[in-house]
Amino acid sequence: MSLLTIEGVWKNYHGHSVLRGIDLSVEAHEVVCLIGASGSGKSTLLRCVNLLETVDDGTIHLDGKEITDVRVDADDVRKRMGIVFQAFNLFPHMTVLDNITLAPRKVHKVGREQAEHQARELLERFGLADKAASYPDRLSGGQQQRAAIIRAMATRPRLMLLDEVTSALDPALVTEVLSVIRELKEGGMTMILTTHEMGFCREIADTVCFLDDGVLLERGTPEQVFTDPRQPRTREFLRSVLDARRI
Amino acid sequence: MDGGDRKTAASGAPDTAGTPGLSDVPGASGAPGWVKSARQLERERLRRRRSIRSGSVATVSTLLVIVLLVWGVAGSPGWPRVRETFFNPEQFVKALPDVLDGFLLNVKIFLIAEPLVLVVGLLVALVRNLRAPVFFPLRALAVAYTDVFRGVPTILVIYLVGFGLPALDLQGVPTDLVTLGVIALTLSYGAYVAEVFRAGIDSVHPSQRAAARSLGLSHGMTMRHVVLPQAVRRVAPPLLNDFVSLQKDTALVATIGPLEALRQAQIHAASTFNYTPYLVGALLFILLTIPLARFTDYLAARSQQRRGQ
Ligand SMILES: Nc1ncnc2c1ncn2[C@@H]1O[C@H](COP(=O)(O)OP(=O)(O)O)[C@@H](O)[C@H]1O
Ligand SMILES: [Mg+2]
Repeated sequence: MSLLTIEGVWKNYHGHSVLRGIDLSVEAHEVVCLIGASGSGKSTLLRCVNLLETVDDGTIHLDGKEITDVRVDADDVRKRMGIVFQAFNLFPHMTVLDNITLAPRKVHKVGREQAEHQARELLERFGLADKAASYPDRLSGGQQQRAAIIRAMATRPRLMLLDEVTSALDPALVTEVLSVIRELKEGGMTMILTTHEMGFCREIADTVCFLDDGVLLERGTPEQVFTDPRQPRTREFLRSVLDARRI
Repeated sequence: MDGGDRKTAASGAPDTAGTPGLSDVPGASGAPGWVKSARQLERERLRRRRSIRSGSVATVSTLLVIVLLVWGVAGSPGWPRVRETFFNPEQFVKALPDVLDGFLLNVKIFLIAEPLVLVVGLLVALVRNLRAPVFFPLRALAVAYTDVFRGVPTILVIYLVGFGLPALDLQGVPTDLVTLGVIALTLSYGAYVAEVFRAGIDSVHPSQRAAARSLGLSHGMTMRHVVLPQAVRRVAPPLLNDFVSLQKDTALVATIGPLEALRQAQIHAASTFNYTPYLVGALLFILLTIPLARFTDYLAARSQQRRGQ
């Protein structure tokens, strides 16, 4: 059974369809990479999975249970997922350690000591041990984004959603965040991520999905999608990305 | 592809030429292996000299303004009479004990009313933020409350509560005038403070809520741990400003009778036809509000500085 199953999901904003019948299933430990032009609906899809948006049609199942059912407690579902956004969204009035321990302590009722111990272990693992007591505005962008990923990790989610986590970063800082994601994959984390880093996408993804104007146009292994795309639109998109790289 | 500003903030470049105030960033002194260059020493010497110069200019111009003011007022034709009725040292000494005694009541009213105002304001703001349909009646009540009590002049609220409430003759309704005064002030200021809190809550960026909700925090937890701490920090200066205002509005309670500072001053003035007791009251109020006003300035400056970083 798939960990996550998305079936026929539609999302409209002001009479305009942003997602138009998305079908996608994600197995445990699978890393799915969503690519597509800006505005094609990648973020919206992730926000729908995290129930930050309500879908206008279709269903999403997590662990075989429908989470788009209106009777489902959204907070309960979100406890089992982590999401990291492009803008880091750390809470500015808390230290890094408090940012990370907030959800384990308040939502999952882990004791303060244990939560902090786990947080410090994560910080150690991702090379941020010395920043535990710092406030977010004292961190570089790369460090903030790593802290945000650790915060999402701290609740031991079944599924991680990463939305262009490197887009707001200097090229020099991108690598440190990418290595964190690599480490997550090695740990067996199931992930859906969107990125503009095609090289990274090719390296890390088990499955690549190309989204075009709210339609999941193509889906396959990185090898297949990047070297031999079936759809002309995919080819066009990849070429435009390559052109942009050259300029 | 932006975010370059973040990088510079982190790299802590030592070159802060011509920007005084930045010289105390980490690394400016005591960094291992760093000896200040002659260029830097010269720069710091210049900065010091400049700050001494601006200090002296400020002192001289302030003294000049004071001299001109005193000379202008003391030289006016009506001054001797004004001095006699408002600045009479004998009356000052005579009125001081009573007015001070009354003033302590003002302080007491203020100290009781302030926490109550905070609680009422916060509760009303939170209620207005509840989105679930069950809470509609509560929300409507909160809106009605702020509309009414922000609209009615405080002095009228004091009259209505002070004379109206006891007239109801209800069991359990306080008849003590000071208590009634506190209730009236709380009702009136609670409405203002609720709006201040609400503005603060609305000013926290929606992405902060989204981030908190995505971690599984409930609406209440998100408010309590993420939104409110940021909101309260942001509205602290305007809140303190309302408190300065509340401190002096405690004098309005005089209108229903309690013997606070203004009332005591009135009594003295009525028996001697000398207005110096009012001056006593004014001075006491100034003494009370100035520390809070300075503290407000301090907080405002600090948050300004933080945002500037
Ligand atoms: N809250 C919203 N209200 C209205 N339109 C939105 C909203 N969120 C996203 N959109 C629109 O939906 C489309 C897809 O957005 P998004 O999912 O962010 O794309 P991507 O992440 O692929 O760049 C865009 O045209 C965007 O303008
Ligand atoms: Mg996006």
